[in-house]
Amino acid sequence: MKKTYKIEVDCANCANLMEEATRKTEGVASATVNFMTQKMIVEFAEGQDPKSVMKNVLKACRKVEPDCEIEL
Amino acid sequence: MQELIIDILLAVVVLAAAGILLFIGRREGGMTKKQRKMMVRILIAAAILLGLQFAPAKLFDQLDRYLFPSAGRWIRFVCYLIDYFIIGYDILKKAAKGIQNRRVFDENFLMAVATIGAMALAIYENGEYLEAIAVMLFYQIGEWFQSYAVGKSRRNISSLMDIRPDYANVERDGALEQVDPDEVEVGSVIVVQPGEKVPIDGVIVEGSSSLNTSALTGESLPREAKTGDEVISGCISMTGVLKIQTTKEFGESTVSKILDLVENASSRKSRSEDFISKFAKVYTPAVCYSALALAILPPLVRILFMGLAANWSVWIYRALTFLVISCPCALVISIPLSFFAGIGGASQQGILVKGSNFLEILSQTKTVVFDKTGTLTQGVFEVNGIHHSEMEDTKLLEYAALAESASSHPISKSLQRAYGKEPDRSRVSDIQEISGNGVTAKVDGVEVAAGNDKLMRHLGISYIDCHSTGTIIHVAVGGAYAGHIVISDRVKPHAKEAIASLKSAGVDKTVMLTGDAKKVADQVAASLGIHEVYSELLPAGKVEKVEELLRVKSGKAKLAFVGDGINDAPVLSRADIGIAMGALGSDAAIEAADIVLMDDDPLKISKAIKISRKCLRIVYQNIVFALAVKFACLALGAVGIANMYLAIFADVGVMVLAVLNAIRCLFVKKL
Repeated sequence: MKKTYKIEVDCANCANLMEEATRKTEGVASATVNFMTQKMIVEFAEGQDPKSVMKNVLKACRKVEPDCEIEL
Repeated sequence: MQELIIDILLAVVVLAAAGILLFIGRREGGMTKKQRKMMVRILIAAAILLGLQFAPAKLFDQLDRYLFPSAGRWIRFVCYLIDYFIIGYDILKKAAKGIQNRRVFDENFLMAVATIGAMALAIYENGEYLEAIAVMLFYQIGEWFQSYAVGKSRRNISSLMDIRPDYANVERDGALEQVDPDEVEVGSVIVVQPGEKVPIDGVIVEGSSSLNTSALTGESLPREAKTGDEVISGCISMTGVLKIQTTKEFGESTVSKILDLVENASSRKSRSEDFISKFAKVYTPAVCYSALALAILPPLVRILFMGLAANWSVWIYRALTFLVISCPCALVISIPLSFFAGIGGASQQGILVKGSNFLEILSQTKTVVFDKTGTLTQGVFEVNGIHHSEMEDTKLLEYAALAESASSHPISKSLQRAYGKEPDRSRVSDIQEISGNGVTAKVDGVEVAAGNDKLMRHLGISYIDCHSTGTIIHVAVGGAYAGHIVISDRVKPHAKEAIASLKSAGVDKTVMLTGDAKKVADQVAASLGIHEVYSELLPAGKVEKVEELLRVKSGKAKLAFVGDGINDAPVLSRADIGIAMGALGSDAAIEAADIVLMDDDPLKISKAIKISRKCLRIVYQNIVFALAVKFACLALGAVGIANMYLAIFADVGVMVLAVLNAIRCLFVKKL
């Protein structure tokens, strides 16, 4: 399942880091962070609940970029 | 001298910051909250720093007399320290968090180490605190500019591409009501007033208007639309009120599909972008380790082997300068921005690029393969000429059209179209179709025969052969030869220019594939100046030909296939890059192609290639420029010529220039 989230991030490098952190989060099959449109497209692994996965994604992203915001 | 320059710079910063806060800060949407807060911090820190500049160390030393020994020194330090925290507390916090999360090498950490190091050196020497704070200040100014410029251009580009309709008008109980386009069901009737966007694809049931399609195609000439015509979403109705019965849901409408495509385009990353993110990962740690080496090794060498004083503070200072240069911001920010601007600029011209990677491949295209019908020619058979006519051309056409009036063959249809009037069947009798040859009929009581050369031979009428290519209809009236009509697929008006402009854009080879007869194909190719022609191909043959061309081309050069996207989807996907033309309203084409030209002007192909070349040129400029400046500064810093000011200006300045350069990708109208 693919879902798109609005994000808020200030620098392009941080967006790259967020992308990497999201990919490493459990339950995420693939992720793309688009700095220019301030969007994050997350593909969830099968049978995963997006809500609980996104909580962890947010946590992981906050670790690499404390300022970032993901609209869940 | 340097002191003076810094003072002047600080004064400029104070004035500029105050001005920005006053003017942009007040404007609606001028700055985000974060940006405003940062600007205020920059203003305060710069002002304090400027004030402290006028209080030299000696002034503070006088305080010693009133308080305790070296009190002045400490008070001075505290003053600078406060200023340092005002401008840099968030960096320090982020750096601490980074270490806590075991992610050491980011720019916050680098700036923190560099400035704390410089502060420590200053305490040790009771010297220049100015440098550490100024570096932090200019770094923050750079960050602010980056966030502002990028945010602003991001919004500008997005708004260029914003063709999303906000509402649809639905008539309820005689009054118009604005509803979310998502809520409109298929088959309902919506009202579009002059100046409004058509929100959903549909058919006009009432009214007529000129439609401005420029947001979709880049074409400024309006289209006329009347009752019964299909309209696609995204057009702007200019003159009249339209009532439209929707044929699709909003999510399935053209405008949604295009938006989806463009918005996701920059998510497909190009090789340059991948290179930069990999490079950034290596670059920063590498510079950090060399900074460490620079701080430790030379002094050790001096002590152990050269018998000189270690000069620790000099080498530590140089190492700190290294750290300042090590941020890869300019690259990381400017490359995606270039692609984004390029894609945005192209979509303004009616060229939809599905991803940064495709823009990159397109720029390396050396071979362009065309499908003839629908790309170079209009794909509609038309009467192209009437020759050797014994009577008036229109009269001959009238006879032919009437004789063929019962047939539904494409050829006879094109005759009817050229005739222009509804044929009066009562004038025609005794119609006989001779399969594969033509027809004979009585028109107004006169024997008329229309068909190919076989028919003429069959009837024993001598005919004049035609040197034009296409389908020839010989016409005999009353048993005597009356002339012939040439019907052929018309070459598009800009086709020849398009091929020439491809050549000037750096395409080495143009190839045309077609299912048509060799004679027709060769003639079209020769008239357009196409290098190679392969004719009489079946659809599967086209795929094979493209594969063959892919094999023979040289390594890095790419092959683009241009088709109308209707029946050549397999070829589109087989080529390095597939370009579909005239895709307005054709979902299949949008799905299959990598690059979609919204209208059917072949000139857009070379335009797309030129846009991609410009975009990639800017990307490479930025990469080379940023790296060259960084490495030059690293070298100068290592030998002690570049100080920390130069380092920070190199960092921020390169970033600013790279961002401005990237924005040039947007200006593609005149290419």
